[in-house]
Amino acid sequence: MLTAAYALLFYGATVILVGGVGRKIWQYANTPAPLKIPTTPAPVTRGGVVLRMVREVVLFESLFKANKWIWLFGWIFHAGLLLVLMRHLRYFTEPVWSWVALMQPFGVYAGFAMVAGLLGLWARRIIVPRIRYISAPSDHLILVLLIAIGVSGLLMKYVARTDIVALKAFFLGLIYFDWQPLPADPVLLVHLALVAGLMIVFPVSKLLHAPGVFFSPGRNQVDNPREKRHLAPWAARLEAGGKR
Amino acid sequence: MVELKIRQPVRQEDYSDPLEIPALAPGAMAESKPYPASPEHQKDIGFPGELVDDWKERAIDKLGELVGKSRGLRVYLDTCVKCGACTDKCHYFLGTGDPLNMPVARQDLLRKVYRRYFTFAGKYFPWLVGAEDLTEEVLDEWYSYFHQCSQCRRCSVYCPYGIDTAEVSMAAREIMDTVGKGQKYCNEIIGKVHKIGNNLGLQKKALKATLEDLEEDIEDETGVKVRMPVDKKGADIMLVTPSADFFAEPHVDGLIGYAKVFHQAGASWTISSYASEAANFGMFIGSYENMRELALRIRKAAIDLKVKRIVFGECGHAWRAAYSFLNTLAGPFDFLDQNYPIPQHICEYTFDQIQKGALTFDKSRNDDFRLTYHDSCNVARASRMGDKPGGQFEIPRAILREVCNHFYEMPADTIRENSFCCGGGGGLLTDELLEVRTKGAQPRMRALQQVSDDHGVTHMAALCAICKTQFAKVMPEYGFEMDAIVSIHQMVSNAIILDGQRMDEDEDEDDIETVASGNGAGAGEE
Repeated sequence: MLTAAYALLFYGATVILVGGVGRKIWQYANTPAPLKIPTTPAPVTRGGVVLRMVREVVLFESLFKANKWIWLFGWIFHAGLLLVLMRHLRYFTEPVWSWVALMQPFGVYAGFAMVAGLLGLWARRIIVPRIRYISAPSDHLILVLLIAIGVSGLLMKYVARTDIVALKAFFLGLIYFDWQPLPADPVLLVHLALVAGLMIVFPVSKLLHAPGVFFSPGRNQVDNPREKRHLAPWAARLEAGGKR
Repeated sequence: MVELKIRQPVRQEDYSDPLEIPALAPGAMAESKPYPASPEHQKDIGFPGELVDDWKERAIDKLGELVGKSRGLRVYLDTCVKCGACTDKCHYFLGTGDPLNMPVARQDLLRKVYRRYFTFAGKYFPWLVGAEDLTEEVLDEWYSYFHQCSQCRRCSVYCPYGIDTAEVSMAAREIMDTVGKGQKYCNEIIGKVHKIGNNLGLQKKALKATLEDLEEDIEDETGVKVRMPVDKKGADIMLVTPSADFFAEPHVDGLIGYAKVFHQAGASWTISSYASEAANFGMFIGSYENMRELALRIRKAAIDLKVKRIVFGECGHAWRAAYSFLNTLAGPFDFLDQNYPIPQHICEYTFDQIQKGALTFDKSRNDDFRLTYHDSCNVARASRMGDKPGGQFEIPRAILREVCNHFYEMPADTIRENSFCCGGGGGLLTDELLEVRTKGAQPRMRALQQVSDDHGVTHMAALCAICKTQFAKVMPEYGFEMDAIVSIHQMVSNAIILDGQRMDEDEDEDDIETVASGNGAGAGEE
């Protein structure tokens, strides 16, 4: 019963996450950008734009210019999350890839870093009047959700360990449609439910910033409007209708 | 929590930090609203005369249409995570403390409506994500606060996703225009350009007379006949410049500078009376159609006059509309000489002539000016000059250093891509908005005060008609003379030595001073 509930929950969450984010990406990709609006100075070549985007996504370049505290907490959280996600690959692969095995200890430290970064961001959201002013309940709740996921994960590592072999069997079973029983440890159940919740809200929340950043014309356009004429399809139709 | 400061004021008691973050003052600027456009002005540019009965439905439809037509708008409305990076970046927030002048809060005025009607979370859990119905109160807030954004893009520099409040405010203004709630200043001006060809409504006859007067002034000053031709068919270069250059101070001194440079370079050039305006206020109201119609006048003028090149005069948003948009809106310009940038900025042109050694300067003629340079927002963050990124910062400075001995920079976090808007951009350069304009100028004025105290700077150069008008108006509020703002090409004009020019020795020194720099130096100090 529990196994079936969680199995269905994760199937559903995966469909919503992949389908929802896929739909948004399709929408972003198919919405025309009528004008050249890169924030300048901007790269004048495609390669330069790729570099700008890499700096933005890996180093959070603009955020670093803006505010060192937000950058510090935000970067630590995201880097931590990345390592934690990589560490978790071992629950979904058999045999475990060697680099995933090698980075296991780093993934654990990253769990602490991730929670620390999130706490920093939440503290700012509560303490700094400007950021408190712009925060909706959902902005707090997303942080709470992520913190709860991180803390429940760390609890399983250090306090209430679960049957990790059985858990892996459960997830491999999901992947190969050969369901295996899920250990009924409360912390694990909470952790998994929260993760599924995160997957479900992803496509309908501000978490869309993850795919969105790649489609931001302010960052992804080449600065070459004089050299190359840029024309959106709807603008071309307008032109065809009323050329002088 | 302590805010990390990049720079500390040098002497706390003497300096006000341009970046000082004010305490939140909710509602402080709620009453700041521009005059509404009259029904005629609205209809002239294709919008309903007054608020339509079904405004709410139409506004929501328009928002949906715009989101479908602009990837930027869609991504910007979806992706903001409310991180707070932009909250202390807007000059209007720094000057007023009104939290709705924080870029993210300004965007949220539109985003909350977008969420309510176009997103799952906002439709079913509005209270959770701060989604709100579109009501008359919301529309009023839009009218007030989307006319407290100068579309300067400073916030977009710092946003981790490049979210540009300018795009959001343009969309909001277009929605308001579409339901009949337009702004007088912009819409009246756009109508004038459609009908007459420039923001001032200046007819060809008056334009010619004005330019002839200026030709006489130059001849009186230099002894050289420098021409300012109008509608000269077959000229190589068509100059498109903001119409303020024909009248306003210090703009007109810049125009004289362009004419001297063209003259000395031996260029054949002309001004078009049909396209006698570089400004494109269609951009301010986010109307692609109006922006395009204004741009097409320039195309038509270039074809009719059979020119080979188009050069733009000193104007910030006009250079954005020209550099970034002209090719899109009115291109392709395959009938022009492809060996030159299309369009070219007057600073690019002058810089080229300097590189070629075509111009001779006597820098000492500007020794009364201890100069700094204000990067106009639309040039800094929405365009380029020259071949390399950042040329828009380097080329104007290279020109100023060429024509002036005393040049000092304002603090690094207030120039180049970090530059502050003058406070009057984006269609706010109208008297009823003087309060927000004056307060919005505060960061720039404080930065100027610093460089004035540290280096005895007396004048600030700019290359934007709006900046020049705005500073001339608000500088006295901050203890500077109104003529402490100068044109780049005014400095060029002062220093350039034309072939055959009558030299200083021939004349009374004081006369030269008066002609060259208006009331002369000495501003900026108590």
